[in-house]
Amino acid sequence: MPRLRALSQPSVELKQAFLKTVLSFRRSGPILLGVFMLLALVGALIPKGLYGRLFTGDHIIDPLVGTTVGSILSGNPLTSYLVGGELKLQGISMVAITAFIVSWVTVGVVQLPAEALMLGRRFALIRNAISFLMSIGIAVLTMWTLGWSS
Amino acid sequence: MVIMRRIAERMGASSIFLLSVILVYIILGMAVPGALWPTLGVLRNLLGRVLPVLLLVFGIMFVTNLFLDARRAVRLLGRESALKGWALVIVGGIISSGPIYMWYPLLSDLKEQGMKNALIATFLYNRAIKIPLIPMMVYYFGWAFTVVLSIYMVLFSIINGVVVARLTDGQNHS
Repeated sequence: MPRLRALSQPSVELKQAFLKTVLSFRRSGPILLGVFMLLALVGALIPKGLYGRLFTGDHIIDPLVGTTVGSILSGNPLTSYLVGGELKLQGISMVAITAFIVSWVTVGVVQLPAEALMLGRRFALIRNAISFLMSIGIAVLTMWTLGWSS
Repeated sequence: MVIMRRIAERMGASSIFLLSVILVYIILGMAVPGALWPTLGVLRNLLGRVLPVLLLVFGIMFVTNLFLDARRAVRLLGRESALKGWALVIVGGIISSGPIYMWYPLLSDLKEQGMKNALIATFLYNRAIKIPLIPMMVYYFGWAFTVVLSIYMVLFSIINGVVVARLTDGQNHS
């Protein structure tokens, strides 16, 4: 029905939909630009070689370190695979690497202000906190399922 | 204090957020001038990369606004949504491209139209699974790892949605 309604008055419906979309984007513009600027700051100032030095070799602390680092340095998933691959070569435990990869894409400390502004503060905080805890759970379960020791 | 609050109210939280970040850049430029140009270079590259995704999101939002009215959105993604809603956000999360924050405006729009928190959280969680990047993951960690992790990610996306909805219950209706 909405489809038929949209097609029956094309110019008015198109204009309204376009204006509504432009308005939404104008509202989100400053937030998105702020997130881009924060991500650029993190990307430029934190050297990738630093990640490996943060891990201790401890099987309990390392997954927590992996999740925390992944949460702060979120970005393109591909980068997390590259860093994860490097960490694997350095002998970091797979449970820590898995926690790192999962939190990299599911938790976002840098974009938390944007998420809070657009989807609600309570929602953003709870979603990120739950995702943080789940990263460790998924890492442990993945290792257990595969029968890998670490 | 009152003046500051009035300025904040007039500007809006989003503008304050952007100005705070600009302030960080200004401080960085003054404190470590050598670090500012590489950061601006990374920012320029980032903006160039995300522009096509931004246009894609704009297009999807336009089509959504054109064909999906509030009543239909609530039926599909609101409290009465059934399995169809869950399937839609899982598949949508997996096939959607670009950074996670690019999708906030669309989700914010759909939330205003009645999309429930559980489905928003599930969509955002499934953004972690990227089909075009699977070969890279296989290359680094192997097939078994990739398959097991991907299955857990989908399962946990639903758990994530349910838990987030439980803990934020009331936010949708207030």
